[in-house]
Amino acid sequence: MELVWEGFKKALEMIMTGDPEILHITWLTLRVSMTATLISVIMGIPLGVILGLTTFPGRKLIVTIINIGMGLPPVVAGLWVTLLLWRSGPLGQHALLYTPTAIIAAQVLVSLPIIIGLTTSAFQQIDHRLRMQIKALGASRWQSVLILLKESRLAILAAIMAGLGRVLAEVGASMMVGGNIKGETRILTTAMVMEVSKGNFDIAIALSFILMALAFLITFLLTYLQQGKKSV
Amino acid sequence: MNIYEMNEVRYHIRMKKKSRQLLYVDRLALNQSEILGVIGPNGAGKSTLLKVMALLATPTSGTITYRGQQIYPGTVSLATRRKMATVFQQPLLLNTSVYHNIAVGLKLRNVSRKEQRERVQRWMEMFNIAHLAKQHAYTLSGGESQRVSLARALVLQPDILFLDEPFSALDFPTKQELMKDLIQVLRQTRTTTLFVSHDLLEIKQMADRLIVLMNGRITQEGQAEQVIRDPNEQAQPFLNKWKDTLIV
Repeated sequence: MELVWEGFKKALEMIMTGDPEILHITWLTLRVSMTATLISVIMGIPLGVILGLTTFPGRKLIVTIINIGMGLPPVVAGLWVTLLLWRSGPLGQHALLYTPTAIIAAQVLVSLPIIIGLTTSAFQQIDHRLRMQIKALGASRWQSVLILLKESRLAILAAIMAGLGRVLAEVGASMMVGGNIKGETRILTTAMVMEVSKGNFDIAIALSFILMALAFLITFLLTYLQQGKKSV
Repeated sequence: MNIYEMNEVRYHIRMKKKSRQLLYVDRLALNQSEILGVIGPNGAGKSTLLKVMALLATPTSGTITYRGQQIYPGTVSLATRRKMATVFQQPLLLNTSVYHNIAVGLKLRNVSRKEQRERVQRWMEMFNIAHLAKQHAYTLSGGESQRVSLARALVLQPDILFLDEPFSALDFPTKQELMKDLIQVLRQTRTTTLFVSHDLLEIKQMADRLIVLMNGRITQEGQAEQVIRDPNEQAQPFLNKWKDTLIV
């Protein structure tokens, strides 16, 4: 218990004194997580809408792959990204391994299936009669999709929160493709793993408090957005 | 003057590689400003007929003409679809306020905000729901919800209104009250209407003309009073069941 208290005090101290390394790690964590989530949202929501609203040969297979991807172990995602970015790999010439871009790529790989999968199920749950009613009101295809997105906003924001949560909590892939390089690719989760391995539990606990505070703040904002205007 | 006509229209669905015919209409015309009733038992194809007529389902074959222009076969334009409005059995309201539910079709048509406000206000008053404008749609009673649904369709000033059993989920007093208001509105606005129901009592009050649909085919057509009084052999088994109700 004393260790936790020490960790909490350490976290406050590091924030209050504006420890440049901690600020950099926190900023990088925020930057890569938000970028990865944003990319997943931009790609995942339209794909989820298509899978949820249409039928075509091979759709079930794609949905199955997406659902399997929702449980994809981050280290496996990290391994694939490493193989792609490795010097002799297909994208090796771009020298992206051990950069924040590599971490973003790995994080997209773990969060994208979650956002696609949850958006797909949200759209599949929409009453088909509501879709017909929207068409009967004179909506074009695009207008129908926009209305349905608005109708599914609670479920879609939940999908974004789940994707963001996965990205913020992920450590295996970031460690593998980022390498936990000080000042370059060290993020809160990889820094925590390193501090624990060095026996610096107070710093690890302090980092965990910062990470939890970040996760809480972002989730709080998204939840407020999700529930804020809901009057019933 | 007829404004809408169907000829030799068939509608099939595919079930496990087999095609099943749900509807066959040799000829059906809708006259300007009339209320055409469609009656038949459950599964007779009434809702299918309505969806095909409202351009919400594409027929398998046949021809559809609207105001002298053939619209099927061919690609139905959004502009043509926007001349029609449909109210279903369930109100199917959106997760927003009453006002925004009624305004949604106008927004889709890019009607100016000022005009939206005026038209929505007018139709809320017509259906006695102006006091509910700011209320969330999900907090309304069944009768209130259906009033919103009707206002949402009529605010569009449709050339043809399609009503798919809009009163079937309502209790008797609510139904009577709403039906009275709707008849008044439809007569006042002279809106051409197709009204589908399995309830002869509703049809008798609403429709000018009546068609009886059995097993996906029109078995009788004529003035509502005359069809009810003198059903033909095919329509008799269904219509006679309602006779006692009508006498009461």
